Amino acid sequence: MSATREGRLAKWSVTAPPTLFLLLFFVAPALIVLLAGFQYPGEFGGLAPLADPGDGREHGLTLENYAFFFSDWLFAEILLRSFLVAAAATLICLVMAYPVAWLIARSPRHHRDLLVLLVILPFASNFLVRVYAWMIILGPQAGLAQAVNGFLALFGAGPVNLLFSPFAVLVGMVYVHLPFMILPLYTNLEKHDPALIDTAQDLGANGWQRFWRVTWPLSLPGVFAGAALVFIPVLGMFAVPDILGGTRDMLIGNLIKDQFLGVRDWPFGSVLAIVLTLAVLALAGLAAWAARPRGQYA
Amino acid sequence: MRRLPLSLVLAALATYAFLYVPLAVVVAYSFNDSRLNAEWVGFTLDWYRLLFQDEEMLLAARNSLLIALVSSLAATVLGTLAGLAMHRWRFPWLPFLVITPVAMPEILLGVSLLVFFIQVLHLTLGLLSVVLAHITFSIGFVAIVVRARLAGMDESLFEAARDLGATPWQTFRLVTLPLILPAVVAGGVMAFTLSIDDFVITFFTAGVGVSTLPLQIYSMIKIAVTPEVNAVSTLLMLLTLVMVLLAARLDKSFMRGGT
Repeated sequence: MSATREGRLAKWSVTAPPTLFLLLFFVAPALIVLLAGFQYPGEFGGLAPLADPGDGREHGLTLENYAFFFSDWLFAEILLRSFLVAAAATLICLVMAYPVAWLIARSPRHHRDLLVLLVILPFASNFLVRVYAWMIILGPQAGLAQAVNGFLALFGAGPVNLLFSPFAVLVGMVYVHLPFMILPLYTNLEKHDPALIDTAQDLGANGWQRFWRVTWPLSLPGVFAGAALVFIPVLGMFAVPDILGGTRDMLIGNLIKDQFLGVRDWPFGSVLAIVLTLAVLALAGLAAWAARPRGQYA
Repeated sequence: MRRLPLSLVLAALATYAFLYVPLAVVVAYSFNDSRLNAEWVGFTLDWYRLLFQDEEMLLAARNSLLIALVSSLAATVLGTLAGLAMHRWRFPWLPFLVITPVAMPEILLGVSLLVFFIQVLHLTLGLLSVVLAHITFSIGFVAIVVRARLAGMDESLFEAARDLGATPWQTFRLVTLPLILPAVVAGGVMAFTLSIDDFVITFFTAGVGVSTLPLQIYSMIKIAVTPEVNAVSTLLMLLTLVMVLLAARLDKSFMRGGT
């Protein structure tokens, strides 16, 4: 009897502290944002009171913030642009990551950990530093921009700005998220049975056929896992467009940041955060569905 | 072993170069004797000297270390408990609760904590709000590393301890904890690194009262880029390099969990 009571005590003394902490600092704030989306903005930013303050100011709940979101195409356009940037970044990451993941997976076992570590190391340096590095490389004084513009001048084309452009935003997004694609792909490719490739070859498949008919379909769960790990953070990113983009490269993350810290319209910012959350949840569900384990012959 | 096509190896090497060249550029320019990040003029340590005379930067560094130390300690304890609970009792809602904060775009956690701290807790943003925010996003990382370690262990060890009459607390202290300790420490190092590095969530929860190294770097990048940024970046890179190598040495599952 006392053993089960002790067991129950152990169970709850282990589970309760992290659960309570996360209920308070993760779930409750999320619910507050959900509620804030239905509130009026406060007089000096923030939120208006829910109860009538008695001075005739706006209070209570409203659908106005959602109506505002749907009233202007601009917001749909920014959301769409965020999706396009995320899709492009994911695709570029995939193309760049696949050879690396493959190389690591096919390397002798004792080299693999080192090759993985070499992927993680740059990734461990500060996020802002990694974005800032591209400010230097793409900057107008740097060799790259001068070479590109020198080349363009040969054809009489005007100089272009590499920095503060959609191109710079994309480069930054890819650079910051690339390891998120390499690692799950590698974990997947490492598990492939080399005998499958040998069999395909014995059956007369050439290199391309072996890749597209054997390796690629088998690697799809890794592709989807990596795609989710790149797409989702890119979708909410504000710092990369903020630092590398121009004024017209605003993404949904920048819009959210402005609502909370700039114009301080928290209710509308909350609506945008909720829209982003729904998009992320839908994508995560899609990725989980796409990467679901299928039959062994699938 | 089948040989890989040369084109594939070259493509992989190009990607490795893409990963390292930008960081090498930052490090190189931190020693360049020029105010412009343009051409190599000569070697200097001036930017580092300036850095150590910059009061704001030193204060930011002190804040960063303090926040990282406190939040990683708390996250290590809470994350280890969460990892144990996920492994031992398999509550279906617990992984959801622990992992979602890690998987969401950071900005969402940032803005929701901002609203919560100000609107509900009426907290003045500062060190405390940043520490609480950092604990929130670090718990999941520690829990994942600890659970991975537990999943790789032989259950019969714990059963044997119970059969020999050990109480749950004794089993934990004498069997479980020594076995998972490398993962716990690796998780803690990881939480420390994440905290030192965090920009987005700190940006929303720090308010005007407190600055950290990433916030300081951000304002320097946004307002006026000076090579001092290169110097502080290089030092920060060195610090995280040491931390990551340490964590990787302590626990191999860290390599898979990665930041």
